[in-house]
Amino acid sequence: MKAYTVEIVIENKPAARDPEGETIHRDLILKGGYVNVKAVRTGKYLRMTIEANSPWEAERLAFEMCNSLRIYNPVAHVYRIKVLE
Amino acid sequence: MVRIAVIRFPGSNCDLDVVHVLKNVLGVEASLVWHKEFKALGYDGVVLPGGFSYGDYLRSGAIAARSPALEHVKVMVDNGLPVLGICNGFQILVEAGILPGALLPNENLKFICKWVYIRCDNGWTAFTWGIPEGKVLYIPIAHKEGRYFSDEAELERLSRKRMIVFRYTDQKGEAVPEANPNGSIRNIAGICNEKGNVLGLMPHPERASEELLSPSGSADGLLLFKSMAEYVKR
Repeated sequence: MKAYTVEIVIENKPAARDPEGETIHRDLILKGGYVNVKAVRTGKYLRMTIEANSPWEAERLAFEMCNSLRIYNPVAHVYRIKVLE
Repeated sequence: MVRIAVIRFPGSNCDLDVVHVLKNVLGVEASLVWHKEFKALGYDGVVLPGGFSYGDYLRSGAIAARSPALEHVKVMVDNGLPVLGICNGFQILVEAGILPGALLPNENLKFICKWVYIRCDNGWTAFTWGIPEGKVLYIPIAHKEGRYFSDEAELERLSRKRMIVFRYTDQKGEAVPEANPNGSIRNIAGICNEKGNVLGLMPHPERASEELLSPSGSADGLLLFKSMAEYVKR
């Protein structure tokens, strides 16, 4: 078994407005002159240490956990998992 | 004698207010029960009160929704007993999958605490059968994550099955955008399940159940608890 660092990022689905991201974009980034930035979405970030036999097993465990414990709300959120070596 | 449980989680508040209204205003037997000790057996109904269970960590209601107490709540739901979720209780019911949808941070990202008008759009639930449809209630809200969200297909089902019970409106009962305090889709303030024995709402009826405590002198919130108690008796 090896300890893997697993990142989980949760953000709103495109149909669910993200007023924090919109405000950061409009009132900080665009006003600051970074006009090439076309959109900002905020989210929630979880970094976990998971013991597993392989990165795939760590990813599978994270996937299973996200769904069984509803780490995200499938109605409003999308999430992605990234396993770091 | 009607027996109603009020479940307390770490971080619940207004739980004692609910017990007070049920016991002292309505004369119903009400017990405050720690979530780890809650069992469905022996109760005719249950209230999940407001507050900030588990500090609202991860998402409001997300951690309390995994408490074993919710398995017992589900038994009561299946048995057709009345289950009421107020504010954080509504968030817990949604996160437990007992009610559909999601409650996102308010559109203005602020905690909003004020009295609002809501209209009753379904008088056939366990909590509203004593309220005429279209009646406007004056009742306070106090939350930061109350923006109801659901996709279009689900909203269509909610409308078709008459699961949208309360909407934020103006004083006349019009669901105009200006009357929407938190950006909830279609001004939704409260929904029920298909059977109508589970209701979740963001406003706090227990804070509007005595004339003395209402700025308008109304006690509109009491109508929900009265309906709940009468529903159990019948």
